[in-house]
Amino acid sequence: MKAFTYERATDPVAAARSVASRPGAKFIAGGTNLLDLMKLQVETPTHLVDVQDLSLDKIEDTPDGGLRIGALVTNTNLAADPRVKKNYAVLSRSIVAGASGQLRNKASTAGNLLQRTRCPYFYDTNMACNKREPGLGCAAIGGASRQLGVIGVSDKCIATFPGDMAVAMRVLDAVIETVDADGQCRSIPIADFHRLWGDTPENDTTLRPGELITAVTLPPPLGGKHFYEKVRDRASYAYALVSVAAVIQPDGTGRVAFGGVAPKPWRLAEAEALLPQGAAAVTARAFEGATPTAENAFKLPLATRALAFVIAEAKG
Amino acid sequence: MPDLSELEISRRTILATSAASVVMASIPSAGAQVRQPMQTDPAPLPVHFEVNGQARELTLDARTTLLDALREHLHLTGTKKGCDHGQCGACTVMVDGVRINSCLSLAVMHQGDKITTIEGLGTPDHLHPMQAAFIKHDGYQCGYCTPGQICSAVAVLDEIKRGVPSHAQADLNEPARATNVEMRERMSGNICRCGAYSNIAEAMAEVAGESA
Repeated sequence: MKAFTYERATDPVAAARSVASRPGAKFIAGGTNLLDLMKLQVETPTHLVDVQDLSLDKIEDTPDGGLRIGALVTNTNLAADPRVKKNYAVLSRSIVAGASGQLRNKASTAGNLLQRTRCPYFYDTNMACNKREPGLGCAAIGGASRQLGVIGVSDKCIATFPGDMAVAMRVLDAVIETVDADGQCRSIPIADFHRLWGDTPENDTTLRPGELITAVTLPPPLGGKHFYEKVRDRASYAYALVSVAAVIQPDGTGRVAFGGVAPKPWRLAEAEALLPQGAAAVTARAFEGATPTAENAFKLPLATRALAFVIAEAKG
Repeated sequence: MPDLSELEISRRTILATSAASVVMASIPSAGAQVRQPMQTDPAPLPVHFEVNGQARELTLDARTTLLDALREHLHLTGTKKGCDHGQCGACTVMVDGVRINSCLSLAVMHQGDKITTIEGLGTPDHLHPMQAAFIKHDGYQCGYCTPGQICSAVAVLDEIKRGVPSHAQADLNEPARATNVEMRERMSGNICRCGAYSNIAEAMAEVAGESA
C-alpha cells in the first residue's frame, strides 16, 4: 500500500472540501473495496477522508411515503430494516445475494454504489487497462471475458458494474443525494448515476470531484411481487454472471433491470413494457445491439431464462 | 526496517569510487533526492480501542490494518491472515458486536471501538460453547481457518436471533431458523481448505440447539 495521510471528518461539506482541494484524495467509509484495491496499488490515494462520523447512518420515512437511506447505513442494516423487507423486498433480496456476512456488516450504501469493477485486468497492474490507466489499452478485449459486459460497453472497456444492490435500486427508481465543497446539494436519479464507458472508462459515475453522497431516497412502495434472481458460479459469495431485479404486478406488468451485463444496472422502459408478452420479448428488446464476446455470449440466453423463471414465480 | 535510501547511497558511492575520480561532487545531491520521500512519509497516528475488554493504545502507520495491529503490534496471533483481501474469512473478528474482515479495515478507523478476537471468546480452561462444539464435532483439520470460523459462527447465531435476513430465507418477514441451509449460506465468507464444512455446521447446530 502506498503511504497516505488520514483525517476523520466531522461535517459533510468540510469532508467534500477536503477531498476537492487535494488531488489524489478519496473518501473512505467501510473501506472493503477501496482497501482491497489499495493493497494491489490499483488505487493509490494520497489522502483519505474518513466519513464514518458524519451521522449519515439512519433510515428515515419521507413525507411522500418513501424512505431516505443515509449514505453510511451498512448493507446488513439496510437489508434487515423491517420497512425494506416488507415494502422493498427486491432491495433486501439483492443485498443478501451479494458478498459475505462480514463484508455486508462493513460495506456502506454509498460505497456499494461506488464499488469498482471486478474485471481481472483492472485488478492486475501488469495488464493493460484503460480504466486503471487511461490510454494503456484493454487486455480484456480478446482476453478472458466470461464475466464481462455484453451491452453498453465500448472499444476502450468491456467491464461491468459488479454490484447487486444498485440493480434493485434501479428498479425502484432510487435518487442519490449529494453535497459538494460549496455546500450545494444535488439529486441524481440512479439511471444517470453510473456511466457507460465510452472513451473515458476511468470515470465510473457522474459524480464531480469531491462530491459526497449523503443519502439514497426511495419513492413510495410499488406493491407487486419482488424478485432478485442471481445466477453465479457458486451458490453463495460470488459475483453475478447475470442477475434480474424485478417487481411484477398482478396483471403481469412490472419493472425489470439486469445486473452483471453492462457498465450500469441495465433497464429499458421499452423492454419492460413487454413483460406481459414474456421473457423472450423483454430480453430481445433490452439486449438489442448487444456486443458479447465468444466467451460471454451465454449471458444473453441466460438473461432470458432467469427472467422466465421470475415471471413463472410471479404467476405461481 | 533497513533504511533503503542509505543502501542506495552506498551502492552509488561504490560505483562512483570504482569508476574513479569523476562525479564525486554529484553524490550528495543524488543521495538527497533518494532520501526526500522517506522524510515526507506521514507521521504515525495514535489510536485507542478495547480488545477483549482491555484498553489498548497504539501509534500506527495509517496503512496498518486492524488485522496487522492485532497480530503484529498486540501479538494476538489467534486471528489469522489468509488471503488479506476479504475473500477467505480467516481474519474474522467482532467489532462492536458484529463480525468483520479485520484485513479490510484500517486500525486507525477503529478509535473507541470494542473488538473481540478468538482470544476473547474463550480460553483453554474456559472454552466458549462454540469452541467446545468445534472440538466435539471435529470442525477443523489443520486449524488455520478455525479462529475465523468460530468468530463468524458465534456472530451468525446472533445475526439469526437479531433478524438479519439471508439469501437462504424463503420469506424475509418470517424469523430465520438455524437450519443447515441457513448456516451454509451465512458462513460462505469463511473458506476451509480442509473442507470441514459439514462438521462446522454440526457444531453450530448443537450450539443453536437445532439438528443440522
